[in-house]
Amino acid sequence: MNELALKELLYKMADDQLILGHRNSEWTGMGPLLEEDIAFSSMAQDKVGQSLALYTLLHQLGENEPDTVAFTRNANQFHNCVFVELPNQEYDFSLIRHFLFDTAEALRFDMLTHSSYEPLAQLATKIRGELRYHTLHANTWIKQLGSATPESIDRLQKSLEKAMPYALGIFEISPYETELISERIFEGEEKLMEKWMTKVESIISQTSLQLPDWKLVQPVMGGRFGKHSEHLQPLLDEMSEVFKIDPTAEW
Amino acid sequence: MVISKQQILTWLEDVKDPEIPVLSLVDLGVITDVTVDKNHVRVEMTPTFVGCPAMDYMKMEVENLLKEKGVIPDVQISFKKPWSSDLISEKGKVALKKYGLAPPPSNKIFTDLEILETAICPRCDGSNTELKSPFGPTLCRALYYCHDCKEAFEQFKPL
Repeated sequence: MNELALKELLYKMADDQLILGHRNSEWTGMGPLLEEDIAFSSMAQDKVGQSLALYTLLHQLGENEPDTVAFTRNANQFHNCVFVELPNQEYDFSLIRHFLFDTAEALRFDMLTHSSYEPLAQLATKIRGELRYHTLHANTWIKQLGSATPESIDRLQKSLEKAMPYALGIFEISPYETELISERIFEGEEKLMEKWMTKVESIISQTSLQLPDWKLVQPVMGGRFGKHSEHLQPLLDEMSEVFKIDPTAEW
Repeated sequence: MVISKQQILTWLEDVKDPEIPVLSLVDLGVITDVTVDKNHVRVEMTPTFVGCPAMDYMKMEVENLLKEKGVIPDVQISFKKPWSSDLISEKGKVALKKYGLAPPPSNKIFTDLEILETAICPRCDGSNTELKSPFGPTLCRALYYCHDCKEAFEQFKPL
């Protein structure tokens, strides 16, 4: 098995989960209503937990300890897409990002249940079930607020347009795409993107929201290669603050 | 003394879910394998949810109990046999209901999450209930409201 290809895939997935998990946790205590506060906090816990499981797979392949990997790298060593590192902004943007990203993620793990790398297939089977709750949550709110009042529709529409170039960056092609596909580790970003577009269209078509023309959207790439926005480093500094004061602390 | 697998499982009945103290880890279904080789006991455990923060604690509790019984524990966390709510035993489901948590419906009839829309109220057994949020105080619980007895309740999520 091509280990470099496998590691690259695991790193980008783990980093996506960790960074978006951290962003979700920023809603703790700030949610627009109690249930949403709990929902984003729970999804944060799921995502950070899932990133730990993925970093553990990497550790079993010879990479550093999960805490070291999570807390000691600089922004340019992270492989997450730029989309997940963007600040939460208003709730409408967070909700749109949650919908667009988690739809992709649920489909990605669904595809990975057939991975030729058995430990990943096992973990994906587990995570797939958990993500059904994330997509249920996202779809419920998008359908509700996407057809509610002129203000809710307008806010979601603007966020959707703002988010879309970044959302397409989720599917940035890996340098090992051919190897991943030929060794049946993962069916590839292009196939994932096709499935994702169909799913996104099916939900948005049940609302008053309009999807932009896919062909006219200019994707924001670079994240998978360590090229990030100015927002990632401050996030990492905050996330690793306690660890850096005392790396041996237990809590 | 020869220790049997059954003996280990009986001992493990004493280790409870730290969040739901009426439910043993065995009844919760997170003990997925036990192998015994003389005095060496290997236990495989799996989390209910990957991000469950109680996992390390439960692992430690299992290790401590086995040490007390004089065996050398080898406790591993594995996803080989992923947890599903169908692994909760019938005894466990009864304990959940008694504790005030609606037990999860069987995963086999659970092809779509729409099943989550209603749950049986653990207090009055009413079905005139409503899902308030698929996320509750812990990752494995959802929030409901019962229109019959006018009380909020939680369900152990089907997974």
